[in-house]
Amino acid sequence: MAYPDGAGGALIAVEAATFAVRRGEKFVIIGPSGCGKTTLLKAIAGFMQPAGGSISVDGKLLERPGPDRAVVFQDFDQLFPWRTVRDNVVYALRVARKMGAAAARAKADEVLELVDITRAADRYPHQLSGGMKQRAAIARAIALEPTILLMDEPFGALDAITRNQLQIELNRIWQRTGVTLILVTHSIQEAIYLGHRVMVMSTFPARVREIVDTTNIDDPSSDRFAEMTGHLRSLLVPAVAAASAVPVGATE
Amino acid sequence: MSVQTHAPPPPATRTQTLTPPRSAGGWQRLPAFARYAIIVVGLIALWQAYITLGHVPRLLFASPLDVAAAVIADIRSGQLTTATLHTLQVLLLGMVFGTTIGFVLASFAVFSRFGQDLLAVLTAILNPLPSIAILPLAMIWFGLRPESIVFVVALATIWPVAINTDMGFRTISNTTQMAARNLGLGGRRMVTDVLLPAALPHIISGLKAAWAFGWRTVVAAELVFGVAGSSGGLGWYINNARYFLETANIFAGLVVISLLGIAVEAIFTLVEKRTVIKWGMKAEK
Repeated sequence: MAYPDGAGGALIAVEAATFAVRRGEKFVIIGPSGCGKTTLLKAIAGFMQPAGGSISVDGKLLERPGPDRAVVFQDFDQLFPWRTVRDNVVYALRVARKMGAAAARAKADEVLELVDITRAADRYPHQLSGGMKQRAAIARAIALEPTILLMDEPFGALDAITRNQLQIELNRIWQRTGVTLILVTHSIQEAIYLGHRVMVMSTFPARVREIVDTTNIDDPSSDRFAEMTGHLRSLLVPAVAAASAVPVGATE
Repeated sequence: MSVQTHAPPPPATRTQTLTPPRSAGGWQRLPAFARYAIIVVGLIALWQAYITLGHVPRLLFASPLDVAAAVIADIRSGQLTTATLHTLQVLLLGMVFGTTIGFVLASFAVFSRFGQDLLAVLTAILNPLPSIAILPLAMIWFGLRPESIVFVVALATIWPVAINTDMGFRTISNTTQMAARNLGLGGRRMVTDVLLPAALPHIISGLKAAWAFGWRTVVAAELVFGVAGSSGGLGWYINNARYFLETANIFAGLVVISLLGIAVEAIFTLVEKRTVIKWGMKAEK
């Protein structure tokens, strides 16, 4: 499973499946817990090597982790606790982008503004709420101006209200930066709301069940949103599909 | 039914446990420093009262005033200062050797399976051994010289440093390490910029424990040396005073040992406050 790369996109394969992510796209991977979606993301990030097949970005085969694929994790301890929010970003820029102190500082302040945590810039991570910590992690990641922004259930440990807020924020940040986004989630609502396309995975061993286009389905109160929710649910939980009055495209 | 058994306690109970007991109000409202000072002054007063009212022979038990006088006199004469500096010098040298070896062993243990097994075996064999028990051997090897005590102190400090540092490296969260690798970090910078600060709470604990062991060991070793009659530090000072039945000076040596212990403990606490506690990596006491 190797990939030639089309017009500036990135191509990725998992086990028996191959998929391509387009530049500037918001690509969401959804699947039941333990299906291997996090493993897949870690492989794209370069933390582990695929046993078979390969992953490449812009035609180049991936070998190791790097800031061109910045990762936002679910766990709050991804920020270095001994650095303030600003210093976390500055340090990342200095190390990964070899920026000078002044340039890194200016860039950090700009990004902190974009992510709306300027007021917490001088605080240490343990002094922040969960939502603020995730904002800081997003700031550090996008400051690196990665080719791809990888997010592993970034809002999974947040309460529902904060989660909604950050989903809206993430969309806004995406509009501002145009970064290619690969986001792993187990929330159907989040997948439809955020994703241009949603790749549904089956339980272990991971397989791609279907890649669904969800572009422009953003209003949770709309009929299309509800319809899509039902469709994704049926893909995720086959038993529901069997009992469902409206059979939707199963792919097995 | 089960819902009832698992129900949270009524709010009234919670409030009770959270509110401090009213009766202890006066004492509790004092700052910590004042509370401790009052206890210390009280203890000294009791001590002085026991000597004065009990007609205790001065040869057996010195009064606080005698001890204070002895401390001042021997600081003036330079005897106590020299002894203290001597002890600290030997201790520091021993700790430098001990902590360095401890760090090396821990790093080795983190990076290789063999190192891990080596540390486990060495710790199992040598850690239960009070290092003061090695002193007779050290005296055969190094003679009645400070080197013997340095050796024993080093042995006392290796294990707390090695065990704690190893634990510190081992408990660094996976996410922290992945976040660092994501920035392209590796090699030396990974160690200095991420692994060391991440392991710092445990490293400081290790140094604290090493200091406690080393301090006790150095004084004990000097006491043995005092018997052998060689010049030296605070242990020797105490033993010397015993030889001449200068009870107040024995107490003076003990007071200095205790005060220095408190001072170094305070330095460690300050370092923790400025680092790991400030960073939320260790809970404040």
